[in-house]
Amino acid sequence: MLDGEGPLTPLAGCTDLYVALNFGTLKESSFLNLWSLDELRRIEVRGTVLSIGALCTYTQIIESRPVRARLPMLVAASKEIGGPQIQNRGTIGGNVANASPAGDTLPILAATDAMLLLKSAGGERRVPFNEFYTGYRRSVLRSNELIAAVEIPAVKGRQWFRKVGTRAAQAISKVVMAGVDPGRGIAPRIAIGSVAPTVVRLPSTEAALASGAPIVDAQRILLDEIAPIDDVRSTAEYRRRVAANLLADFWRKRARE
Amino acid sequence: MQFTLNGARIRVDAHPMTRLLDAVREHCGLTGTKEGCGEGECGACTVLVDGQLVNSCLVPLAHVANARVTTIEGLGGSHPLQNAFVEFGGAQCGICTPGMILAAVALGPKPSRAAMKDGLAGNICRCTGYAAIYESIERAGRYARIRR
Repeated sequence: MLDGEGPLTPLAGCTDLYVALNFGTLKESSFLNLWSLDELRRIEVRGTVLSIGALCTYTQIIESRPVRARLPMLVAASKEIGGPQIQNRGTIGGNVANASPAGDTLPILAATDAMLLLKSAGGERRVPFNEFYTGYRRSVLRSNELIAAVEIPAVKGRQWFRKVGTRAAQAISKVVMAGVDPGRGIAPRIAIGSVAPTVVRLPSTEAALASGAPIVDAQRILLDEIAPIDDVRSTAEYRRRVAANLLADFWRKRARE
Repeated sequence: MQFTLNGARIRVDAHPMTRLLDAVREHCGLTGTKEGCGEGECGACTVLVDGQLVNSCLVPLAHVANARVTTIEGLGGSHPLQNAFVEFGGAQCGICTPGMILAAVALGPKPSRAAMKDGLAGNICRCTGYAAIYESIERAGRYARIRR
């Protein structure tokens, strides 16, 4: 349907779409309604991979046994998205497609090296989440493709998620970070949102921590890997300090275990 | 578009992208549901769709086809929660009240304080204060139990 009908904007939970629509910032006026496609609402474990259908709502994720067991940090993140009203409608596929650098689930998908299953009338392909975004609100998603599922490989080690916003509920993040720490000298995987045009992994910071660098050195490297800006929610300076503090918090908790 | 509104089967002829909020207020004439922010932040327009809490300013009419929609009018006016909000000062200006009460309905009877805080996290009140609202929900729970 996305072929040959002119530009159509896919819509699902509408929690981002109506904000743009109500405030007149959305140019598109033709939509493709995905909400009733129940086959995109499945949560399955296939082999070692946790597959979450793009239409799964945050409420569904919070209640899902396989997600709770395998990816508790995604449950924690989902509980902090909006309030119950938003959690009941907002979808993980929408969080990815909306492509905001502040999307709360995005650092988790980045830190776990998730794959995205993209489908079109012509077939399907898988794209590593960390190669999906090409710039601010830009991605490799083609106009005839839909995000069908996010696929998360088994996560070994400690999971850590922290969102810093104005208020626990409803607030959009000023800084949001997810980390996976396998321990035993294996490099951690850390991703951070709201501090660059897209969510970013921190490869140099990860390598520094893995090599046993002191946390202050890792924090310095982190600050070179992010590029926060001043905007309505916060300032670049605040975001830099908070990002560095979150890194220390993530790493300090490891030391105690 | 056909759906069930407060127990009655109805039909609304409007564009599928009409906000449920506007369908309820303008097309069905039920003005108990309020528009606050219009962007899903405040919860004033909260209604229940198939028992689930939603912001009606973010739901297209197309998404309630054949669904059950409950607005504040669906509680009838003398629901224990409505009585408690009146009696224990759970409402001042009243704009957030319909949404607060429906969020409380979604919690079920006798929720804990922690459950109330999570369950009402998407409903913003700027004048009554949450203490009186939580108190009203607690009292309503007791009323409901006594009356049963």
